[in-house]
Amino acid sequence: MHKLLTDNPGQKMLMLGNEAIARGAIEAGVAFTASYPGTPSSEISLNFFQMSKESDLYFEYSINEKVSVEVSAAAANCGVRSMCVMKHVGMNVAADALLTLAYIGVTGGMVILTADDPFMFSSQNEQDNRYYGKLAGLPVLEPSSVAEAKEMTKQAFELSEALGEPVILRTTTRINHSTGVVELGEITERKTKGDFTKDPMRCVTVPAVSRGLHVKLLANLDKAEEIACTSPLNKVDGSGSLGVIVNGVSYSYVKDGLKDLGATDKVKILRIGFSNPLPKALVLDFIKGCDKVLVVEEGEPFMEEAVKAVAQENGLTLPICGKGEHLFSRLYEFDPKMVRNVMASYFELAPVPSQSVDTSNVPEIPNRPPNLCAGCSHRATFYAVKQATQGMDVMFPSDIGCYTLGFMPPLATGDFVLCMGASTSTSAGFSTVTDKKVISFVGDSTFFHSGIMGLMNAVFNNHNFTLVILDNRITGMTGHQPNPGVDMDEMGFEGYNSIDIEGLVKAAGVKHVSVVRPYNLKKSIAAIKEAVEFEGVSVVIAKEKCTLYAKSLKQLTGKKFQVNPEKCKNHRDCIDTIACPAFTTEGGRVRINEDMCAGCAICAQICPENAILPVKK
Amino acid sequence: MNDTGHARFQKNGHSLRHNLFSTQGDTHMDTKRLIIVAVGGQGNLLASRVLGEAALLQGIPVHMSEIHGMAQRGGVVESSIVFGDAESTIISDGEADVFVSFEPSEALRALGRCKEETVTITNLSPLPPFTVAIGKGVYPEIDKVTELLANKTRRLIAFDAVKLAEEAGNVLSVNMVLLGALIETGVLPISADAIREAISTKTKKAFVDVNLKAFELGFAEAAKH
Repeated sequence: MHKLLTDNPGQKMLMLGNEAIARGAIEAGVAFTASYPGTPSSEISLNFFQMSKESDLYFEYSINEKVSVEVSAAAANCGVRSMCVMKHVGMNVAADALLTLAYIGVTGGMVILTADDPFMFSSQNEQDNRYYGKLAGLPVLEPSSVAEAKEMTKQAFELSEALGEPVILRTTTRINHSTGVVELGEITERKTKGDFTKDPMRCVTVPAVSRGLHVKLLANLDKAEEIACTSPLNKVDGSGSLGVIVNGVSYSYVKDGLKDLGATDKVKILRIGFSNPLPKALVLDFIKGCDKVLVVEEGEPFMEEAVKAVAQENGLTLPICGKGEHLFSRLYEFDPKMVRNVMASYFELAPVPSQSVDTSNVPEIPNRPPNLCAGCSHRATFYAVKQATQGMDVMFPSDIGCYTLGFMPPLATGDFVLCMGASTSTSAGFSTVTDKKVISFVGDSTFFHSGIMGLMNAVFNNHNFTLVILDNRITGMTGHQPNPGVDMDEMGFEGYNSIDIEGLVKAAGVKHVSVVRPYNLKKSIAAIKEAVEFEGVSVVIAKEKCTLYAKSLKQLTGKKFQVNPEKCKNHRDCIDTIACPAFTTEGGRVRINEDMCAGCAICAQICPENAILPVKK
Repeated sequence: MNDTGHARFQKNGHSLRHNLFSTQGDTHMDTKRLIIVAVGGQGNLLASRVLGEAALLQGIPVHMSEIHGMAQRGGVVESSIVFGDAESTIISDGEADVFVSFEPSEALRALGRCKEETVTITNLSPLPPFTVAIGKGVYPEIDKVTELLANKTRRLIAFDAVKLAEEAGNVLSVNMVLLGALIETGVLPISADAIREAISTKTKKAFVDVNLKAFELGFAEAAKH
């Protein structure tokens, strides 16, 4: 049985934050779940997916985040508890649905999880999604620990039903990817079927209806604020005339910091867990008892500005600070020492002396950037494209996925990366206003997610570029999730269909479509040359399974390769042009690490001396 | 381990020997901070997991954090584990009590996480990054690595963990070798028995024997340093 389905209340379990959130939803009786995978939220979806295979929980990998919100919104409007899960930028994709769903509301609890990524460990920006709560007029809950993430997920469902609208559960990477001890609670029975009661004056958002719904939304916000003011999710710790107002993971840094500074009796803490709408009465009560307040929040001054507004409205003039010089930054993530030091300086407490070792005489360590895996077919495709376009003035818009890593030298096949699906649409703009030949890259999952729209737009508007669809038969970057092109039978799952990318592209009106097997360099280069010469939109589908995925399916059959030292003349074309991590140098000579070699044979096709040969066993 | 925690734990049906709930104070527990750095694929996340499970077995508060988005793409993977009375899951520069590196150059890269009192453990078997092969950096001399680590931290335990992993029966058990060395230092409030229990119950059945052997080899090796 899946460990998160364990029905043993009181048992303690070590859980990843994302597991705790999935467990919280199960305890709340969630019955309908949907997601497009995105780090740092991916393991929540993965656990739902796994549990859906051994219970009556419904889960789907939706084609994108907007669709995941829409399918869930429908279920939640039939009284079924629903949840959708996305990374922070996924909320941008879902925003169109979200902002009007706030007007319609729900009849069953609906929780939308957004996982923000301060420091951008695996993201293209570090937007602060608390503003979506403000923008949509929806409640936002923010846990401070792994154990609390489970509890808060349950409370989010209760709150959603109390208010009749979706609730945003906002985490950051350090909640999603932290691990802690969690105590299991009771599992509420899932109600998997509901019914839709026709109510056009609530559910059909024509202007005449929406004007009334906006009134209801604002009234709901007032109600939410009343709840927030007495909610145990917002709590005051400690005592003193100095005050800290803090949310999320920073709460643990504040608590540890005050203990280290010996200041737990001087500084009291208002921990905000229900952060939108801000509980103004509670904040006022807290700051009234303070001489000085520090707002500790990663990201934007979301609470700080609201707290200052509360002070202003009530004629309070005490110092309230958060972001600024010698205070906190809006950039990146916080850490315990940083929070402790800012508290010490702002509250004029004796700081804890730094004990860091002196690293000034440590030599520079060579970088270890992430790299495409040994045997990755994207590397072969990138090489083939470079060969096919030698001497041409080309540019390469790319997209979001493992293949974004191709931007690094020596492959250097990524010149512009914006957001999911933008490769196809930015290509249209670049090819219209420059004389460069535009060749763009998109992965199979990203193509389905949103790339297809840009391609159809390009066909209709008669643009001129070549799109290379890197079809590795799976969603690679986030850990091998299905997408609409995946063969689910092969993964061992029944009851799905599969969409053929070639047929889809042709149906969209692309006149020049070719399919290549990228490990065959000669044929791939020839097909890419033809596509590039075509006037108009052309598509090359480079079809080869992700090496790691193939390995997991036990389909990796290629022989391992080695360098024959007698034949090798040390041209180094292999190492210099494809940057495969299986290559090393020993005494100035090239070697292949057999443990890493996946047998793709790309290097063997490149070597001018034919010195790279299969290992004879 | 406080008494109420102990009672709750037993009620939940776990049968553990009493000696696992050893010498912790009744109400206050010192905080110990551990940083582990490794290269994607070396198995440090499993090592962290075993430590976390062992802490749970002993009833010691534990908070862990890891960055693993790039684990399979050859980047650096870092775990932080905080034992005892603290709530943060990450560890600031200069605040690790004990530091384990699965790769010698990564030990130097992460040296800023240490203080003078830190106990450092490093594998000496190098995994040069690809940037070295394409001439974009120079891999540091191993002697220089150990000299710097030994001079800057309280105690250095440096050895070839790959060799011991092979001796244990599987090169992939480097993580358990280093875990053995870590426990030998006695910096953490985690007992060898709790680790053995966690390895036996939380690592893949087929690898338990090799993992246990690797753990013992690492433990014995550290005692020589």
